[in-house]
Amino acid sequence: MNWPEFLIVSGRVVATFALLMVATVVNVWAERKIVADMQSRIGPSRAGPYGVLQTVADGLKLFFKESVIPRKVELGMYLLAPFLAVIPAFLIFMMVPWGRPFMIGDHEVALQGADLNIGLLFILAMSSLAVYAVVLAGWSSGSKYPLIGGVRATAQAISYEAAMGLAMVAVVMFSATQGDSGTLSLAGIVERQAGSWADVFPALEPVLRFIPRWNIFPEIVAFGIFFVAIVAETNRAPFDLVEAEQEIVGGFHTEYSGMRFAMFFLAEYVNIFSMSAIGATLFLGGWNGPTFDQTLPAFISGILPTVYFLAKTYLVVFLFFWLRATLPRLRYDQLMQLGWKRLIPAALGWLVISTVVIGVRQFGLPWS
Amino acid sequence: MGMLRELIKGLRVTGRTMISTVAGSGPVTTRYPDEMREKPQRFHGRHVLNRYPDGMEKCIGCELCAGACPARCIFVRGADNDPVQPTSPGERFGFVYEINMLRCIFCGLCVEACPTEAITMTHLFEMSTTNRADAIYTKETLLMEPNGRVPHMFPEDPLADMDELNTADGWLRATAPSGVAEYEGRRMWQGTPGTADWDPEPPQEIRDAVVEREPADG
Repeated sequence: MNWPEFLIVSGRVVATFALLMVATVVNVWAERKIVADMQSRIGPSRAGPYGVLQTVADGLKLFFKESVIPRKVELGMYLLAPFLAVIPAFLIFMMVPWGRPFMIGDHEVALQGADLNIGLLFILAMSSLAVYAVVLAGWSSGSKYPLIGGVRATAQAISYEAAMGLAMVAVVMFSATQGDSGTLSLAGIVERQAGSWADVFPALEPVLRFIPRWNIFPEIVAFGIFFVAIVAETNRAPFDLVEAEQEIVGGFHTEYSGMRFAMFFLAEYVNIFSMSAIGATLFLGGWNGPTFDQTLPAFISGILPTVYFLAKTYLVVFLFFWLRATLPRLRYDQLMQLGWKRLIPAALGWLVISTVVIGVRQFGLPWS
Repeated sequence: MGMLRELIKGLRVTGRTMISTVAGSGPVTTRYPDEMREKPQRFHGRHVLNRYPDGMEKCIGCELCAGACPARCIFVRGADNDPVQPTSPGERFGFVYEINMLRCIFCGLCVEACPTEAITMTHLFEMSTTNRADAIYTKETLLMEPNGRVPHMFPEDPLADMDELNTADGWLRATAPSGVAEYEGRRMWQGTPGTADWDPEPPQEIRDAVVEREPADG
């Protein structure tokens, strides 16, 4: 067995997992605090400085609470569903590169759980799998409201996954023109966003020098579609019909309590973070940014990319919270209308436009 | 595009609120038990049965408060005073006085009905109990001590604010005893909790003259 490789790979996975868990704990706290600020409240303030430990306290409370199993549940599915929610949520983040690769001896360590060459496909697959958890939880609870929540989740996920996939296709196609050939690996997509736009258009160098070569600038519409789709995909307000407290009590997790509920809760916040991380990776250049390798000590310029990555991710996460504090929940028909009549046509139209532009830039006009 | 404009409008509202909460005027809420908001002067809090400065009880057991109470939460029974050692100046005194705080709606009609200003309200509002029997306040709890202080129901409670009970609701001082708002805050006849160090009430002619010189809305 190749021990150094084995240790490096397990270290990568553990480090990614730890980062995700810490980020999620911070995430829950940050949401409560930011939404409180937006509603002119104080928010959690007692556990730890500024209430940072509130999430830990909540987690401990849920951990020690009794997990009630209602009598009419389909036991197997009921017990399986929380795990089906958590596992895809964790696997999605494993694909995201969260720092610049560095060398230990002659082994390269990529700061990423795993660099699959089909990274984006894997992410799409996992985010579709996560819907099974919601549907199965709703169905196996043997209760009306969870069932309604589960059925809503099915329809919502199908409608918005299409738009999300199409928005991603536009990015992948654009990113293919930036390198030798197309790639679905997130590490590859990040590497192609290094530098500034001056590298692509040398003629406009003085202006474009300061504009980083992120995909968001040519693909701004795709970013908009992608963002709306990930909000819907993670069942966040204003698309939280799946768990609408006012209409269907708690939706799919009504019958869950204690640790099993905590797992759904965890999965939701992990999903927010990892989807935002994917947004930051695809559109905002991932961990790219000025690292000042010559002037700063090596360990600082080694950490800076991770800082940039987290800053960009939390920028997207902040948008989630901002939307949540602002918008009321959509009606079911409005949700469907937005998904099928606006987002998917827009995504398709944008895909056609960017295909034509990319084709013309690559091969010239068809009649010349 | 109309939808997008509305969205941006909404995001601006929340964004502005966030900035003003973080960097501007701060949140509108307070960290409640640590930091109490100042209550309005006429706040309707827990009741108190007052005494005259000489220690006599003001309640004459007339049951007008019980009659005025819309929630029917007051129970009063009067008894004849002992002629040698009277409890209240007059023939009768409040022998039993109970208020069921679970039913009370804090409307203050009992205070208005009282002919001797025996029952008034204070600024105390934290009255939660762990059993229903404790929520029925008897005369021992309601009656102020001869020194003018009002007993607290839970004196050992770390959060108990003893001064709240000794802050009168201000209603009496604003409108009574003369019914003239001019006298709000002036040192006059003691109608509410607190030690009796008010100046005696001026005679009617002087009060009328004061009103003529300084009209209430002038």
